[in-house]
Amino acid sequence: MEMPKPNPDVIARKARVVARLLSVLPVDAVIHDERETRAYECDALTAYRCPPMVAVLPSTTGEVSDVLRICHSEGVPVVPRGSGTSLAGGALPTADCVILGVARMNDVIETDYDNRLIRVQTGRTNLSVTGAVEADGFFYAPDPSSQLACAIAGNIAMNSGGAHCLKYGVTTNNLLGVTMVMMDGEVVEIGGGHMDAGGLDLLGLVCGSEGQLGVVTEATLRILPKPEGARPVLMGFDDNEVAGACVSDIIKAGVLPVAIEFMDRPCIEATEAFAKAGYPMCEALLIVEVEGSDAEIDHQLSLIMEIARRHNPVELRESKSADESAKIWLGRKSAFGAMGQINDYMCLDGTIPVSSLPMVLRRIGEMSQEFGLKVGNVFHAGDGNMHPLILFDANKPGDLERCEAFGAEILKLCVEVGGCLTGEHGVGIEKRDLMYEQYSADDLEVQMAVKDVFDPAWLLNPAKVFPLDASERRRATGLAAE
Amino acid sequence: MMVADEQELAACVADAAEPLSVRGGDTRGMAGTGAPLSVAGLSGITLYEPGALTMVVQAGTPVTEVEAALASENQRLAFEPVDHRGLLGGTGTPTVGGIFAANISGPRRIAVGAARDFLLGARFVDGRGGVVKNGGRVMKNVTGYDLVKLMAGSFGTLGVMSELSFKVLPQVETQASLALHGLEVDQAVVAMSRAMGSPFEVSGAAHDPAAGQTILRVEGFEASVAYRVAQLKATLKALAGEMTVLTAADSGAFWSTQRDVAAFRGTDGDVWRVSCKPSDAPALVRRAGSAAYVMDWAGGLIWLRMAQGSDLRARLGMFDGHATIVRADSETKARFGVFHPQTPGVARLSAGLRARFDPKGLFNPGLMAPCG
Repeated sequence: MEMPKPNPDVIARKARVVARLLSVLPVDAVIHDERETRAYECDALTAYRCPPMVAVLPSTTGEVSDVLRICHSEGVPVVPRGSGTSLAGGALPTADCVILGVARMNDVIETDYDNRLIRVQTGRTNLSVTGAVEADGFFYAPDPSSQLACAIAGNIAMNSGGAHCLKYGVTTNNLLGVTMVMMDGEVVEIGGGHMDAGGLDLLGLVCGSEGQLGVVTEATLRILPKPEGARPVLMGFDDNEVAGACVSDIIKAGVLPVAIEFMDRPCIEATEAFAKAGYPMCEALLIVEVEGSDAEIDHQLSLIMEIARRHNPVELRESKSADESAKIWLGRKSAFGAMGQINDYMCLDGTIPVSSLPMVLRRIGEMSQEFGLKVGNVFHAGDGNMHPLILFDANKPGDLERCEAFGAEILKLCVEVGGCLTGEHGVGIEKRDLMYEQYSADDLEVQMAVKDVFDPAWLLNPAKVFPLDASERRRATGLAAE
Repeated sequence: MMVADEQELAACVADAAEPLSVRGGDTRGMAGTGAPLSVAGLSGITLYEPGALTMVVQAGTPVTEVEAALASENQRLAFEPVDHRGLLGGTGTPTVGGIFAANISGPRRIAVGAARDFLLGARFVDGRGGVVKNGGRVMKNVTGYDLVKLMAGSFGTLGVMSELSFKVLPQVETQASLALHGLEVDQAVVAMSRAMGSPFEVSGAAHDPAAGQTILRVEGFEASVAYRVAQLKATLKALAGEMTVLTAADSGAFWSTQRDVAAFRGTDGDVWRVSCKPSDAPALVRRAGSAAYVMDWAGGLIWLRMAQGSDLRARLGMFDGHATIVRADSETKARFGVFHPQTPGVARLSAGLRARFDPKGLFNPGLMAPCG
């Protein structure tokens, strides 16, 4: 993965930039010692690392505004950072950049149960948003698997999803308003406590823009009443295709489960060895969870199991208690860890139409042979959001490159069958150069024109999302017309 | 002008030198001034995968055609689009493109999201006559910027949509509603809030002061609906006086009149639509001093009927939300602007986007913001 060469003029001005940042921030909020900036050299895409020139940790929207105004006037690129859990390299620095971390901004500003919303500073972690309201019977729905660590800022930047999207949607469906600081330091309020924009839907545009349009410092999020209960059923099949058909039949039947998770044999074997969840050894395993009162759950699960029986499952295990539910989820929740025990892995998140599931899994299996790398699949089947985990050895020369090439082929296949490159992780640097697979140069030009409006000088997270050759002119010159 | 396909549409826009009044079925009278450009000729369902809950259609496809196809698979447009024809006296055929371009959502919006939340992908022609695609036909997609959301609710001012893909949901087995009688507006909003904050999945919450009714809808499997109505009744016992249950047919009939604002059909005066924080709603209706109002979205949406030419925004003053003119003569619309004025920062960004997407100022100029 190539990154643009750092601008030597910017690096030469480091002392002045640091001095100016120190004039608006406390001394412990400006990190410029080379030993300390290393802490910000990567996010969860650890294969790529580069310490930033400076990292700053502002505590208020005002401080963020001061930082951006200074960086804007100095022509310094800024890479916003939530908790650094991006799997796509969304927060990967360049050597000439200022990392703007929102980790110190984690207050709850307002909880409003009457209107079912919470307003937080965006450095707050996803799970602690729910933590702030759960004692009162509410929760924040989007639940990316990194939810213990990931920040709302990053969730908004990447439009994060999670396992329960089938029912509750992703970040953009649960975001009501933001306070956003523009690259020139201007503070803009978009949306609020009400529903739907009065004019153009800028909120929908900002969500998922990967920190390239502005730095979101506060967010108003929709919170929901917790369901009375939830219980899963586990089903095993001896054929991926049959499992895929079962998913489709469940959806068509009018039951809307809150989650439908899928694991294939390599993943089942790995998690069994690691977590001993008592999963059946079979080709495909589904975990289908429904919500409601006990009687409502019983009814929905009986409908789902009736559908499953028509597909001759090798195992059908209905949870009757919290303990049994935990056991069913245990393997799924430890799947990533289990694969990590075997080797390094790369996790992709291409999304496909559910109808293509069997064909795509078959092709991934064939490609695994061709590339000589093992792959396990564990994913959100209800919405077609795949998670192939490709195993490789980071210490073996050439393995990472082979893994990336394999990953690229899988993502191309996802696009070919009518899907997309990324369903919830974002493009970052990881999928940046594959964007032409999904979009034409003209399609990308229109997207880049949006950035021209919000960040004419192209200083915010500039080397992400768009293929480097597509954004080169803009990054080099800023927008000359301004 | 009537175009038959995307290519003709693109050519038509590329050749245009004068403003275009972009429309679907022109059922809402929302199109701007200029030479009429209708996408009604771009019609037909391109793809429907019931097992994947997705449909792709040409922008001019009639909503009724989509609803019929969905009904045959026991599915539906869950965001419950409003049919404005009765309210506005319109006669055209509502199109899918119009529904999404205006982000038209009905009562179920509070439970499942707005039209914009269901839109998965769009193809559109920009102001240079170029064809642009964004999003796709899968439910989770964060590949590049989300121009799909931007196009939804842009009222044709950024581009002319030619093809749309969207998410659909299963039809429910049955529904019922709980009617609370005789609540004052403040109590009604508290009751609706209590219902929405309960785990009983209320999919509609409306208050009609003229009828003295506050209505809550639940939908799902028969046993489930009965159970949740009973639970809601118990939850609201302390707040409400008399409560009655509307069975499926009555509940269905009520929500279709509520959805289409039938209360204001054939009446005099202007109709405004206010989006606000539900708890602000009682104070806002008092400030409005309207001739009549109906609340939806648990108070988050207020339909107000005002004396002709009233400046509702001046009466409401500053609040968290916006007020849009839905029905008024052109003079009133021109005087106040159909859309709520925006803060300078948001207005500047919106104007910047319009200048990029539509550099010649062709599409419904002046509709969403003053020209120039």
